[in-house]
Amino acid sequence: MSDIYLDNNATTMVAPEVFEEMKPYFCEQFGNPSSLHSFGNKVGFALKKARKQVQDLLGAEHDSEIIFTSCGTESDSTAILSALKAQPERKEVITTVVEHPAVLSLCEYLESEGYTVHKLEVDSKGRLDLDKYKALLSDKVAIVSVMWANNESGTIFPVEEMAKMAAEAGVLFHTDAVQAVGKIPINLKESAISMLSLSGHKLHAPKGIGVLYLRRGVRYRPLLRGGHQERGRRAGTENAPAIVGLGKACEIAAEHMAFENTEVKAMRDRLEQGILAAVPNCFVTGDPDNRLPNTASIAFEYIEGEAILLLLNKVGIAASSGSACTSGSLEPSHVMRAMGIPYTAAHGTVRFSFSRYNTMDEVERVIQEVPGIVAQLRKLSPYWGENGPVENPDAAFAPVYA
Amino acid sequence: MWDYSEKVKEHFYNPKNAGAVEGANGVGDVGSISCGDALRLTLKVEPETEVILDAGFQTFGCGSAIASSSALTEMVKGLTLDEALKISNQDIADFLDGLPPEKMHCSVMGREALQAAVANYRGEEWSDDHEEGALVCKCFAIDAVMIEDTIRANNLHSVEEVTNYTKAGGGCASCHEGIENILSKVLAEKGESFNAGGAAVAAPVAASAAPEAPKLGTLARIRKIEAVLDAIRPALQADNGDVELVDVDGKNIYVHLTGACTGCQMAAMTLGGIQQRLIEELGEFVKVIPAAKESLVSMGA
Ligand SMILES: Cc1ncc(COP(=O)(O)O)c(C=O)c1O
Repeated sequence: MSDIYLDNNATTMVAPEVFEEMKPYFCEQFGNPSSLHSFGNKVGFALKKARKQVQDLLGAEHDSEIIFTSCGTESDSTAILSALKAQPERKEVITTVVEHPAVLSLCEYLESEGYTVHKLEVDSKGRLDLDKYKALLSDKVAIVSVMWANNESGTIFPVEEMAKMAAEAGVLFHTDAVQAVGKIPINLKESAISMLSLSGHKLHAPKGIGVLYLRRGVRYRPLLRGGHQERGRRAGTENAPAIVGLGKACEIAAEHMAFENTEVKAMRDRLEQGILAAVPNCFVTGDPDNRLPNTASIAFEYIEGEAILLLLNKVGIAASSGSACTSGSLEPSHVMRAMGIPYTAAHGTVRFSFSRYNTMDEVERVIQEVPGIVAQLRKLSPYWGENGPVENPDAAFAPVYA
Repeated sequence: MWDYSEKVKEHFYNPKNAGAVEGANGVGDVGSISCGDALRLTLKVEPETEVILDAGFQTFGCGSAIASSSALTEMVKGLTLDEALKISNQDIADFLDGLPPEKMHCSVMGREALQAAVANYRGEEWSDDHEEGALVCKCFAIDAVMIEDTIRANNLHSVEEVTNYTKAGGGCASCHEGIENILSKVLAEKGESFNAGGAAVAAPVAASAAPEAPKLGTLARIRKIEAVLDAIRPALQADNGDVELVDVDGKNIYVHLTGACTGCQMAAMTLGGIQQRLIEELGEFVKVIPAAKESLVSMGA
């Protein structure tokens, strides 16, 4: 039996059609797209086609609004730093407590440089309070950066509405849509979003290619200056094979959008339902009414996530966890903590993230394996008795110095 | 994924002595669910001989926490309490053929649970003096609390000083930004500001190490190093530890710490102290470096 990959929010397999499309651009069509001769010229046309494919998936009005970058992280940094550079009199940024480190670490750094960063909190389902958001919008704010969908819980933020509110207040709006692109429909020309980041490797394109969508007319300062590539907005010779691959991946994603929101969603729902029915003391995190179709985040109480992952891995199931131990930090996932998930469960969260390459058979296999693994670890746990959590775990387990 | 040894995997997949021991007369609880790992060690001790007849563990934690707990119970069975107390966290890590630096705290938890269980058996109070912060230096497993405390205690002002006292930043150097941030924070408490001083480029080693060549000949120098270590040894032995010279390579002096002084924080403290003494005695700048794993005597099987 082959292994089951349920970690598609971390990264995805390059689709075979995407790989095929990329192949000629290594040894045959290797020219520099800026060159006049035929070697470069053909590559130039290939990039144009890819740009159009990305534009179509995003529903952008112009193909020149698509800037190719090296990854999602670069797109995030470029967007936020551009807004600060272009409006030096504005010293505030609005974001959320549950952003990816690509945004959060940058914001922490900006704070140390004297900027004020407002981080919107979330409720127990990972939702924002839009009244609080509205109150923060002012002409001191350079940019709002709010993720479209959360990588850990899958919760979707109302970014289109938030972008409109920002536009009314005259504030730029950026969204990290790395987890959303390819999974849910997006139509930028109908929105007020000024900038959007995406990353190829989350939608079956290769790693190391990203896009910054930049609405026409938005004031912009490049992160990398140099050659005239990307109309001077992102210097550096284009990663042609990866760009061609990303274009193809966007085309395929558009074709599979309905499949993602029916078949893939059905697999995710069956997994959750199957696990919740078979395992006591576990629950789904995030907003069940408003989340990505492919993401299931399940918190198992009284056991630790890394231990669960290792045992899953042993039976050929790949997932990921928000536990502290998997990341090497001492705190469990900032996303789970922000949602107020109690410590008894926050360390035991496991994320199963699907793609169109998964099957219902795989789902059934996972449902078969998980209950035994959870029971095995709970048997080792000092917080778990014969048939359930020990009564009053805090008192039952009493370190002398606590 | 972590780079766990086969031994760690073995003890995680098939833990030994899981569960509470029947008729236990020594129980040690350490950690908490909020920290992400907790361990209860139960011991059955024969009162006349103080021999540990049986040991069991219950652990909430990651793979290496469970493996460390399993290893610990295997190691202590059959030992007397006094013998068991000599087990250091490094011994637990060695038993498992090593742990990643981020996971050394799992072995520390094992050692603490052992101390707590013995104290419980003897009717003594046991208190933990071990505070842990975010890991800063991955090469030498030094955390933020350790660096902060050392900066405060020794009034340090530069990354280089921090490296000399704690080893942090002495390896790959990628944590220097983190160390600078800690320096800025601690110095700000005193109303001072951190000044990196000079250019942000690393001077070539030859240029910075220019002062003067070692005055002593190689043999005399090694004798002197041995003499310094001999002078320090009694203090270490009082804590059930020891130090051994492994190799001298220019300015790098490789040593092997054993026993109680190998705790993740104490080791760095000890090494810092030894280095300071050596610098004073030799009259030149030297670096004291824990010897690589291969040269360690494993307590395994
Ligand atoms: C929400 C989000 N933003 C940004 C990134 C970073 O993307 P990249 O790995 O392409 O830099 C990721 C991927 O891990 C992500 O999930």
